[in-house]
Amino acid sequence: MLKVDNLTMRFGGLIAVDNVSLTVGEREIVSIIGPNGAGKTTVFNCISGFYKPTDGAIEFKQMAIHGLPDFKISRLGMVRTFQHVRLFNSMTVIENLLVAQHRRVNTNLLSGLFKSPSYRKKEAEAMDRAAYWLKKVDLLPVANRSAGNLAYGQQRRLEIARCMVTEPKLLMLDEPAAGLNPKETKDLDDLIVSLKMDFDVSILLIEHDMSLVMGISDRIYVINQGAPLAQGTPQEIKDNPDVIKAYLGEE
Amino acid sequence: MLEAGLYFLQQLINGITIGSTYALIAIGYTMVYGIIGMINFAHGEIYMIGTYVAFMAIAGMAMLGIEFLPIIFLGALLASMLVSSSFGWAVERIAYRPLRGGNRLIPLISAIGMSIFLQNYVRLGQGSRDIAMSSQITGGFSIGPTDGFHATLSYMQIIIFVVMLVSMALLTLFISKSRMGRACRAVAQDLKMANLLGIDTNRVIATTFVIGAALAAVAGTLLGMYYGVVNAYVGFIAGLKAFTAAVLGGIGSIPGAMLGGILLGIAESMTAAYFSTEYKDVVSFGLLVLILLFKPTGILGKPEVEKI
Amino acid sequence: MSKKVPFALFCAGLTVILAFPILGLNLEHKGTSLVVTGADNWTLIGVLVAALIVFVTQLLKSQIKATYQAVKPNFGGLIQRLPGEDKRKLISKLVLIALIIAALVLPFFTSRQWPDIATLVLIYVILGLGLNVVVGLAGLLDLGYVAFYAVGAYSYALLSQYFGWSFWACLPIGTLLAATFGLLLGFPVLRLRGDYLAIVTLGFGEIIRILLNNFTSITGGPNGIGNIPKPSLPFIQFEPNFEIVWLEFGRRATDGGVPFHKFFDLPYDSSLKVIVLYLIALALAVITILIIQRLIRMPVGRAWEALREDEIACRSLGLNRTAIKLSAFTIGASFAGFAGSLFAARQGFINPESFIFWESVIILAIVVLGGMGSQIGVMIAAAIVVLLQELTAEFDEYRLLAFGAIMVLMMIWKPQGLLPMKRPHIKLKQE
Repeated sequence: MLKVDNLTMRFGGLIAVDNVSLTVGEREIVSIIGPNGAGKTTVFNCISGFYKPTDGAIEFKQMAIHGLPDFKISRLGMVRTFQHVRLFNSMTVIENLLVAQHRRVNTNLLSGLFKSPSYRKKEAEAMDRAAYWLKKVDLLPVANRSAGNLAYGQQRRLEIARCMVTEPKLLMLDEPAAGLNPKETKDLDDLIVSLKMDFDVSILLIEHDMSLVMGISDRIYVINQGAPLAQGTPQEIKDNPDVIKAYLGEE
Repeated sequence: MLEAGLYFLQQLINGITIGSTYALIAIGYTMVYGIIGMINFAHGEIYMIGTYVAFMAIAGMAMLGIEFLPIIFLGALLASMLVSSSFGWAVERIAYRPLRGGNRLIPLISAIGMSIFLQNYVRLGQGSRDIAMSSQITGGFSIGPTDGFHATLSYMQIIIFVVMLVSMALLTLFISKSRMGRACRAVAQDLKMANLLGIDTNRVIATTFVIGAALAAVAGTLLGMYYGVVNAYVGFIAGLKAFTAAVLGGIGSIPGAMLGGILLGIAESMTAAYFSTEYKDVVSFGLLVLILLFKPTGILGKPEVEKI
Repeated sequence: MSKKVPFALFCAGLTVILAFPILGLNLEHKGTSLVVTGADNWTLIGVLVAALIVFVTQLLKSQIKATYQAVKPNFGGLIQRLPGEDKRKLISKLVLIALIIAALVLPFFTSRQWPDIATLVLIYVILGLGLNVVVGLAGLLDLGYVAFYAVGAYSYALLSQYFGWSFWACLPIGTLLAATFGLLLGFPVLRLRGDYLAIVTLGFGEIIRILLNNFTSITGGPNGIGNIPKPSLPFIQFEPNFEIVWLEFGRRATDGGVPFHKFFDLPYDSSLKVIVLYLIALALAVITILIIQRLIRMPVGRAWEALREDEIACRSLGLNRTAIKLSAFTIGASFAGFAGSLFAARQGFINPESFIFWESVIILAIVVLGGMGSQIGVMIAAAIVVLLQELTAEFDEYRLLAFGAIMVLMMIWKPQGLLPMKRPHIKLKQE
């Protein structure tokens, strides 16, 4: 599904990402872990088109995508979340989900102005899809509340629902468990696994929370100071001495 | 042939002269933008106020019977710098500091409001008519044959250029050697970090505004003496041109402001001479639009990376 | 406490420096030389009093703040006591109907002056709502909005002068032409950052004005174009033959139409022309309001708001920010063109002086005062600004001074506008 070869990102003299390679297959949950400042979010930004990588090749669904702008990549079926939740705070929960489906509704001005049948049908479908996902992440009761007024855990779930409503093939989550309590983390766990199993979505995630990562990942990549350190199954990573040193050495 | 060459030389001289004043005003824009990332719309008005005060100082000194040119010049400079700097400080304190951080539209609108306010404040106080003053410093060098066409390099033009160079040199020295200068550079790089390191960012920002205003006043004094006329509206156009110069040279870069100013001055002078004077303003605006479209970082500016 | 005194003194001294040279001194021409004279005593006293006030306020700053907090009226409580939402909807609908009836009927009972001013208010309402789409809804600072206004006005003026086309033919053309200009300008320019966008649009506005001023052969240059006809209304006649007659409301017919008073055999009433124009303006304004209300609820309107909220999130969801910005820019421009044709019809004469940068600022001020994003706020603000302008024509300088001050103060105290209204949200109906 996703193939990244020798990704390098330089900012002036600073090398933020150094020769990182990774793959994500269909229906896989892959995690990227590493000490703080390791360049994980930069990798995300490069893959999703927010940064133009200095070097390397990125393939998504067998198409070369490096160099494409962010919104075009997103339309191919790759969506991402951000370290700090980015919701449309003054809009309601349901409106957030409607905006996400912008590509799916009738954006023709005249159809909208005169409420043509096709316009109304597409709007209704978008509403239904939104309602479905709100139910899935258990946010239906707050559908009409401002996104900015939600609790932090709810906002995180809304962000994921907003991604899913675009029916992506690859979901990239940047520290989805940050700031969540253990119960919420467990729910997130279950949600991510169900996304993979029931919705045919591959998931690439960046995380610090080891329990989450170890529990659900099919494979893990470890990055330290922008460079690849190790990769493998959770068990292999847990026993890898370099990884242990990188993490313990930090403290 | 010689005549064409001399004509070109004259335009070059004129262009560099006016460009030097643009450079001085442009510094105010570029420094403020470099530090807090906003365009100080009211800066053109600060320049205009400087010109008015210079006129007042010169007229006042003439009334007192002072005739020694260097004293008149210095007096005008100091008076205008004092008043303009005060305005610069006050504007920052009143209209910009409360709005720092957050939405960028809001300080911009506040700046526009300030610009309108100052323009009409001066209009109220001084009237909307042009105020003219006879040249204080006359004479110059003649280049070329004594009969027939010759280019002139007036003393005033030399003074303008020299003052600009000296100001640039002093400013660069200040930025690189003094403690406040280093603080300015730190804040320009990373405001939050500078705050955390204990730098009084408010003071630094205020200083930036004051320096920019002072230099605009210098430009005002020089241009006032050069053209001999002022009214409440000169700030708007001059401000726009100086901003163009700052962007051309690379916003945030002080040598860029100088380079941009000179280049713009020459471009304008050439357009006025070889095409038509009406279109010289269009050239400035057009140049601005083109730079922002194709190379928004300007000639000496550094490309910015968006933090996601 | 001891630190306050030097600072207060500093502020007072600053006040003197800020006020004395500009207000307290006058530059006069005596013969060939320039002299400086002191202003009259009242001004000088005023400066000193101002300095004194500043000194005292700075000294007692914290006490003043505390007193203000204590006596500040509690608006939060007031909002709670407003009637419930459904009732509010009903009330606003009734108020709206009442307003419309009043708007339709009143002009027949007032002097000629009022429909004339009201027409101007309506023109600015359209302009304000149009710029609101760009600035308030999409969050793009356009300082050259007046250029599109000029395009609309000049297109009607030129088309009627050179081709004799009627108002109703020129209205859509002017609108489309303005939209085209919006598209052409927006396309390269909208990927710029906020402040750069503002400057470029300002530059563009100025360029258009200079061009209008200089292409004298086509646009009449600084002399402008005159004799712009007022719109005529179609009337279906059954006798003697079935045809559509274009009724005009001037004393004499210009080509093609029949004067209203001649057609109905009534005495000529000069105020009718003004009232008819007012009614047309009212209709156009209502159309504008309705269209924008629809746009807000459509995907494009949602995209504008989302883009304004968080551009990066939009990009991550596949929204093309340039296309969305362009749609706001172009639609906003078309409303300006709409208003421009109406303006040309009202004035009968236009020249580049009507389209200077100040106009953009005034329209921006209307949007800012009205609360960027709020329709009703913009309409009220347009009324206030235009009425103020008409009623205080002699106090030109003070008015602009107040303008500038108000803009600054609004940004500091109430950037959401005087009456921030919550827009109606799309709701999920749950069984």
